[in-house]
Amino acid sequence: MTFLDVLERTPVRELAAFAMRATDLDVSRALAKGSRDLEDFAALIGPVAGDRLEELARASHALTLQRFGRTVHMYAPMYLSNECLTTCTYCGFAKDLPIARKTLSTEQSLCEGEFLRGHGYRHVLLLTGEHQKLTGIDFLCDHVRALRALFPQISLEVQVWGTDEYRQLAAAGCDGVVIYQETYNRDAYARFHVAGRKRDYDFRLGGPERAATAGIRRLGIGALLGLHEPWREDAVALAAHALHLLKAAWRQELSVSVPRIRPSASGYSPEQPVTDRELAQLICALRLVLPDAGIVMSSREAPGFRDRLVPLGVTHTSAGSHTDPGGYTEPGEAEGQFEVNDTRAPEEVAAALRALGYEPVWKDWDSAMRPKEAEETASA
Amino acid sequence: MDDKLTIAGRVFGSRLIVGTGKFSSGEAMRDALAASGTEIVTVALRRVDLDATGGPDILEFVDRDRYLLLPNTSGAIDAAEAVRLARLARAMGLPDWVKLEVTPDPRYLLPDPIETLKAAEILVADGFTVLPYCSADPILCKRLEEAGCATVMPLGSWIGSNQGLRTRDAIKIIVEQAAIPVVVDAGLGAPSHAAAALEMGVDAVLVNTAIAVARDPAEMARAFRDAIEAGRRALSAGLAAVRTDAEASSPLTGFLDQIEP
Repeated sequence: MTFLDVLERTPVRELAAFAMRATDLDVSRALAKGSRDLEDFAALIGPVAGDRLEELARASHALTLQRFGRTVHMYAPMYLSNECLTTCTYCGFAKDLPIARKTLSTEQSLCEGEFLRGHGYRHVLLLTGEHQKLTGIDFLCDHVRALRALFPQISLEVQVWGTDEYRQLAAAGCDGVVIYQETYNRDAYARFHVAGRKRDYDFRLGGPERAATAGIRRLGIGALLGLHEPWREDAVALAAHALHLLKAAWRQELSVSVPRIRPSASGYSPEQPVTDRELAQLICALRLVLPDAGIVMSSREAPGFRDRLVPLGVTHTSAGSHTDPGGYTEPGEAEGQFEVNDTRAPEEVAAALRALGYEPVWKDWDSAMRPKEAEETASA
Repeated sequence: MDDKLTIAGRVFGSRLIVGTGKFSSGEAMRDALAASGTEIVTVALRRVDLDATGGPDILEFVDRDRYLLLPNTSGAIDAAEAVRLARLARAMGLPDWVKLEVTPDPRYLLPDPIETLKAAEILVADGFTVLPYCSADPILCKRLEEAGCATVMPLGSWIGSNQGLRTRDAIKIIVEQAAIPVVVDAGLGAPSHAAAALEMGVDAVLVNTAIAVARDPAEMARAFRDAIEAGRRALSAGLAAVRTDAEASSPLTGFLDQIEP
């Protein structure tokens, strides 16, 4: 069964409503359990659980410590292009926005790569807008092949592909695929994605499963908080997605992310932004229902806040990020996707993590674990 | 009696192997290693700067004159990957001892018995000293022994779970049958678990999470060291048999002594 089938049978709206009326007893029951389900998750994201945030945080901290220890995985985003044929009304890359556009050549992405490597990074996340011609599968494979000599770990956050394309990417040396559904609510999805291939909700939803079938090792999923309201519905659907992937893609390492929408050239801002406290609670609840999943937090959140979320459950973080293509070595030439909130250099973030008692881990993978084809082509 | 641990002809004074994951800093790890008295330290190759780029490297904090470095293949999902990693490490000048880990499931990190055996056969033929992490399955352990492994390393419980010796009954059989050292590899959460393993006749234990995430890792490392020594000493001293009830006298035959001759 695919997640599409599962989601259709999951009472997302009812569970989000249950979250709002979950009682103290419901929360206690969910907290006391050893392994938790979607209903427990709903109880843990409600207002009553919010009043017991410190208790949630303690449980979440203990689980995170047991599974991940006192370490945080460091990665760097690298935008390869801001060209886009899709219109997502909240995004700074949207097709019709009059912004400065740029697409990197492999030489340029190698420059960016050298820069990031110089700052310690060994895991790079490559991002593009959605342009079938300018940033198609050959483009992506070329950049992955070029960069794999620099990075033992390469992930992609780009348009969604079919299984065959994911196979090509895996063979080129791509280890991870990140696909945020943005919102799991069909109506909201249609409202925010008004033009372009990304309009196909079902195709996007099935992306992580196709990537897994193709042998991609790491999957990242997420919901962009601030699109669909109430946000708890998207939180429930995201947790359901993760729980499904744990079974359907049991060989894959899974991470989840709950980015809050940031100001961008699109001018979009949510009516009821998710508060810091709600986000912290959501991180705890995700950890409590998904003890083994990575939780990713990018530099879109503010410095002090971001650091303090690490003990609560965050395991993967970026620093010194630029969201414009070429932004590390040729800044100012193209528009970024959104405004970064935490502008500290990687070294500063690493120092802040150490001060909190956490070891930043830069290298946590080795190219020896890439598929044979990738290594053969590399040495050819 | 010479009570030293011998693996592949090499003698070790400590029966504790320590893992290097999950520590809050390289310094905290280094202090814990020193306090543990260990002589074998295992390091995930995925975290080692194998390309020698001068990048951040966990090995900076492991004194290789003091410890035998035991590279492990953590992250490998099949035999081919594990073999590739081990060969790469050897080519980089790391020891040709390898802690073989083949774990296709990233959640419970359970070892794949089929791929582990396959990789062990290849690596042994390749001249490696192979210490395989494996399920607590007595037959699998015999097969790994026949394949030429230097030890077997059955799990006590799920890795990182701190649940202790949940596989006790199987470990008992493995110890009974093994002609090579048995090292309990995963799940030991407290010094008492380690002591119990040594009391059972397990030759050594590997501990990581319980030390790394303790409030004071160095102090916890010392506690494990002491517990392991105590467990081993108890084994040599000969443990008294366990009984389920107290035995005061001989209720059924005591009368025989009462009868006048």
